Amino acid sequence: MTINMNETEARPCIFTRACRVVPLIGALAIALLGASFLSTSQAKASEGTPLKHLNWGFEAPFGTFDRSALRRGYKVYSEVCAACHSMDLLRFRNLSQDGGPEFTEEEVEIIAVEHTIEDGPDEYGDMYDRPRVAADAFPAPFANTNAARASNGGSLPPDLSIIAKARGGAENYLYSLLTGYEEAPEGVEVPRGMNYNAYFPGHMIAMAPPLVEEIVDYEDGTPMTVDQYSKDVVTFLTWASEPTREARHRLGFQVIIFLLVFAGLMYFTMRKVWADQH
Amino acid sequence: MSGESNYQPSNGFTRWLDVRLPIMRLGYDSFVDFPTPRNLNYWWTFGAILSFCLIIQIVTGVVLAMHYTPHATMAFTSVEHIMRDVNYGWLIRYVHANGASMFFLACYIHMFRGLYYGSYKAPREVLWILGVILYILMMAAGFLGYVLPWGQMSFWAATVITNLFGAIPLIGDALREFLWGGFSVDNPTLNRFFSLHYLVPFLILGVVMLHIWALHVTGQNNPDGIEVKDEQDTVKFTPHATIKDIFGLSIFLLLFAYFVFFNPNALGHADNYIPANPLQTPPHIVPEWYLLPFYAILRAITFDIGPISSKLGGIIAMGAAMAVLFVLPWLDTSKVRSARFRPLYRQFFWIFVACCMGLGYLGGQPAEGAYVTAAQILTAYYFLHFLVILPVLGLVEKTKPLPESIAQAVLGGSGGSADATASPEKRG
Repeated sequence: MTINMNETEARPCIFTRACRVVPLIGALAIALLGASFLSTSQAKASEGTPLKHLNWGFEAPFGTFDRSALRRGYKVYSEVCAACHSMDLLRFRNLSQDGGPEFTEEEVEIIAVEHTIEDGPDEYGDMYDRPRVAADAFPAPFANTNAARASNGGSLPPDLSIIAKARGGAENYLYSLLTGYEEAPEGVEVPRGMNYNAYFPGHMIAMAPPLVEEIVDYEDGTPMTVDQYSKDVVTFLTWASEPTREARHRLGFQVIIFLLVFAGLMYFTMRKVWADQH
Repeated sequence: MSGESNYQPSNGFTRWLDVRLPIMRLGYDSFVDFPTPRNLNYWWTFGAILSFCLIIQIVTGVVLAMHYTPHATMAFTSVEHIMRDVNYGWLIRYVHANGASMFFLACYIHMFRGLYYGSYKAPREVLWILGVILYILMMAAGFLGYVLPWGQMSFWAATVITNLFGAIPLIGDALREFLWGGFSVDNPTLNRFFSLHYLVPFLILGVVMLHIWALHVTGQNNPDGIEVKDEQDTVKFTPHATIKDIFGLSIFLLLFAYFVFFNPNALGHADNYIPANPLQTPPHIVPEWYLLPFYAILRAITFDIGPISSKLGGIIAMGAAMAVLFVLPWLDTSKVRSARFRPLYRQFFWIFVACCMGLGYLGGQPAEGAYVTAAQILTAYYFLHFLVILPVLGLVEKTKPLPESIAQAVLGGSGGSADATASPEKRG
């Protein structure tokens, strides 16, 4: 506290010198903990088995969805997954919106009318069935969760509307799961109605391997393999989890550019304002 | 600091208004003419950043409330409706959700800044205490908001936190039912949480006013931790501090934008995209990252202390961890504010930062084995820092000489200051 500018500085003791690196160690610890925190939320889901990581085109900061993969993925969903899994939050019109599979509106109408929906009451008070239109939701395979459980050995097939965001590991987890069916290791008993999957938490999954070769017809010459089906349907499910993803990337790019320019201008303005103060 | 006003009404209307409601004068004195220490560094821009965060949260929150349905069967779907069908709803929700995290990040930096430079010491005790109140209100708002999407983590976090109140002796059960509005977390709970979540930000806004008022009475602390002596030590708030704050804010916004646009769910939990299911407990129930240090302290008490059960002990420890912040100005016995001139305190400060980070990490891990032991050690250290190290340090530490004035510290010999002959201590 007392001001003594003439104090001669003795060489500090070893403890003081050691203490000088503490801020560095602290900062390093902060960085490490931060990094590990961000990675743990991703890694937890698979309980130890490292997920398969693919180079998804939509993951990059400016990534977009492969339109053909989205369309094939929708075909896989509607012909295979939709037998048990609902997608309650999706409407047929979503299939034609920007940043999605981008079917034409006519194509969407054709897809929608294949399914009926109960509407009404009409002027006589009766309920009636009508073909679905673009504004209607995807049809659910079961009337309610009890019906779904009854048809699936007591297990409930989850709704797939936001499945990619609802699982740690997101698209990599879904892809690993779909391609992760294998023989149970020796000594592991698989109960009746269960299947062994290397990536499912606990490894016992009620869903039988859903994809087999050539289960869905691809007309564009894309290989009809489990691996390709998985990639396509995972791309579709990832889009469905957040149909505005491409818009987010696009706007984000513009915002970052704006902020960089703005910060630069503010920096030089600040230098000017402070020029006579130092 | 809040001396006489230099405001000059510039036209007839402002002259007329000034003798009836001197609001222009208040604004001028507070945000234009206000003298700020000329040595403030970028850590001092976080006050403005926090004000910005509060406004962003209120604006986005009000818009979200227009589209959100606070009902147990509809809340989850209404949030997805915002994400999918509302124009730019995804943007508004991601800004709000990540904005909470950014708000806390800025708040923690602001608080640690205060700890490092001794901003809580006389005469700024009330300013600090108001800040601690703001911090606790923010935690309340953050927790209440986390419940609203009514996903699995929302529901189970609400269950865990409200159950804490049940451990309070005598009134616990009644209090818990009062919070729930029933006998478990259900629709009435969601309704009142929504109502309170709308209320708390305006309480925060009110306390922010008091916080700023208190700041303008005592004046800002500064990196050298010495009082402003004369005009040489200060610059005007506008343009000097304003432009620096705007620059700091735009850098902060880059980080904010990164999370909103390129990694919007990194700070959340995947389980919260699964609708709430009272019949299925998630494997790990974790709060948002900014509450994790307190969560670690809560779970660190795994043993009964006499008549106090481990559960109640955990709540007491967590409450004490917040309460100790209120008395911090009187626990730190050192008369020197800034850690720049306190070589020992500076080391303990960084150890304390690492301790808090460690508690945050442990709060996110399952409460088992070595994690619990580590959390117990760090919890003990957390209290040791405040209750033993700070009081003792002030008595034994040999502090470095303080500069004579801020102007001298900044301008040194060449700045044309009156003290040009003295060579300032340039360390730190």
